[in-house]
Amino acid sequence: MGELRLMKGNEAIAEGFIRAGVDAYYGYPITPQSEVMEYLMLEQPEKKTGMVVLQAESELAAINMVYGAACTGKKAVTSSSSPGISLMQEGFSYIAGSEVPAVVLNVARGGPGLGDIQPAQSDYFQSVKGGGHGDYRQIVLAPSSVQEMYDFVSIAFDLAYKYRIMVLILSDGAIGQMMEKVVLGDQIPRMTNQEIKDKYDSWAITGRTPGREHNVITSLDLDQENLERHNHHLQAKYREIVEKEVVFEEYAIEDAEYLMIAYGTSARICHKAVQLGREKGIKVGLFRPITLWPFPDKRIKELSNQVKGILSVEMSAGQMIEDIMLAVESKIKVEHFGRYGGVVHSPEEVVIALETKIIGG
Amino acid sequence: MTQEIIIAGFGGQGVLSMGKIMAYSGVMQDMEVSWMPSYGPEMRGGTANVTVILSNERISSPILQTFDTAIILNQQSMDKFEEKIKPGGTLIYDSNGIFNLPTRKDINIYHIPAAKEAGKIGNIKTFNMIVLGGFLKIFPIVEMDNVIKGLKKSLPERHHKLIPMNEEAIKRGLGVVETIQTV
Repeated sequence: MGELRLMKGNEAIAEGFIRAGVDAYYGYPITPQSEVMEYLMLEQPEKKTGMVVLQAESELAAINMVYGAACTGKKAVTSSSSPGISLMQEGFSYIAGSEVPAVVLNVARGGPGLGDIQPAQSDYFQSVKGGGHGDYRQIVLAPSSVQEMYDFVSIAFDLAYKYRIMVLILSDGAIGQMMEKVVLGDQIPRMTNQEIKDKYDSWAITGRTPGREHNVITSLDLDQENLERHNHHLQAKYREIVEKEVVFEEYAIEDAEYLMIAYGTSARICHKAVQLGREKGIKVGLFRPITLWPFPDKRIKELSNQVKGILSVEMSAGQMIEDIMLAVESKIKVEHFGRYGGVVHSPEEVVIALETKIIGG
Repeated sequence: MTQEIIIAGFGGQGVLSMGKIMAYSGVMQDMEVSWMPSYGPEMRGGTANVTVILSNERISSPILQTFDTAIILNQQSMDKFEEKIKPGGTLIYDSNGIFNLPTRKDINIYHIPAAKEAGKIGNIKTFNMIVLGGFLKIFPIVEMDNVIKGLKKSLPERHHKLIPMNEEAIKRGLGVVETIQTV
C-alpha cells in the first residue's frame, strides 16, 4: 500500500499533479480551489521533479500557457473555479480544434456570474456540451471523493494523450474543501525531451527532426473543405470515445425499483439517501456516472427497463436530467431534485423528493 | 460504528483544528474519516463549523443534516444545531457564552467548562483540546495514543513543542466533563 495521508481534495489533486509527472501547472487563484496552487507553491515541485508552477496574470493567460506547453508534448494542467473556467472557454475550443492533450480542473461554485464560493454542480451544461465555440467535445470526469481527486489525474492524462483531447475534471467546492484519507501512489518520473520526441514526434512541436515535414499545430484552416474533413475526423474520434471510454458506478441496483442518478458530491449524498430510503423499505439504488461525457446512456437505457422511475439529483436547477431523459426515451418517469446557488441538499431532502416526485407523484 | 459529529462555534475557537485532530486520530486508528468545514467568509468572530465523521465503514455523505453528536460552543450554534441532533444522540456544550441552555429531553447532554479550565491553565488556546478531552471521555472511540499521533500529524513541526501542553489540556477535559442528563 502507498503512503496514507489526510488531505483536502484540492491538496490531493495538487499532489496528484506532482506524482503523475506533470511538466507544468499554470493557474490563477480563485476560491474554492486556491489550495491547489498554494499547495504546489509550498511543495516546490520544481526542486523535486522540475515541474513548473506558475501564477499566470489571468485565467486566459493560464489556459493559453497550457495550450502552448501541450503543443510541445508536455503534460500541462490548470485549475480554476466556475467564473474562471468560463474565462478559459476560448482556450478549450482552440485546444479541441488543434487536438492537443491537456487536463483542466474545475472546482465548481455557485453561479451564474460571480455567484458565491459554495459548492455547486451548475456547470454541467458548460462542461459536457461545450462552453466554447465549434463542434467539439471534451472528456469530463467527475470525482466524488478526495481519493478520486488524486486518482483521476493519471486517468485524465492517459485519456488526454490517447485521444489528443482535453480532459476536464469536474469537481466542486465540497470535494475540494473536505478532508479524507488518501492513499498516494509512487512518483511517476517526468518524461525527458527525448522520450517525448520518440513518442509524440508525429504531432508535437519538438524541434526540427531531419527527414520529416515540420509539424503544424493550429486551429485555423481557411479552406472550408479541409475544415469539414478535419471536423469529420474529430467526430470520428468522439464516436470512438463514446464507444470505449464510458465509466460509471452502481450501488444497490440489483433489486432496485427506483433509481437515483447523481455524480460527484451529490452521489455521496445519494449514497446515504439510498441507505435511508432502504431503511424505510423503499427499493432504491444509485447510478453514478463517472464520465459525464461520454455519458453512460446505454446503461441508463437498460436500467429504465428495470426501474419504475428515476430521480436525477444535482446541485443545479436540472441539467444532467436532459441527458437522462434522452437515454430513457420517455419510457418511465424522470424528475429532477436539487438545491443550488451554493446550497447543498441533505440526504433526508433527497429521500423526501424521491417519495413525493417519483413514488407518490 | 459510525459517529457523525458537528462541531460549531466562533471562528478562532479552534473548531476546525479540533475536527482535524479528531479526523487524524481516526486515521491513526485505521478508521474511515471525513472532515467537511463550513468554508466561506467566516473569519475570527464569525461562526465556524465542521462535520467530522468517524466510521468503520465507507463513509457515504460527508454533508449531513442530522448528527449523532453536536459539540456546541456558542449561542448561535446552539440555536442552529440543538434541533439537528438525532433522538438519543448527544449534545456537548460549554456554558461560557451560552445564555439559553439546551431544552431537549430526548438526548444526552454534557457540559464541559472548557473556557474556565483554559483560564486556569493560563492559555486560552488550549480551549479546544479541553473540549476534545470531554468528547473522548464520553466517547472513547479513539485511543489516547492515537490522539497524540493525530495531534503530531496535524500540527506543523515548528509547533510540536506545544504537544505536551495540548496533551495536558485533553487530560483536563477528560476530568471536568459533567453529565447534565442521559436518556
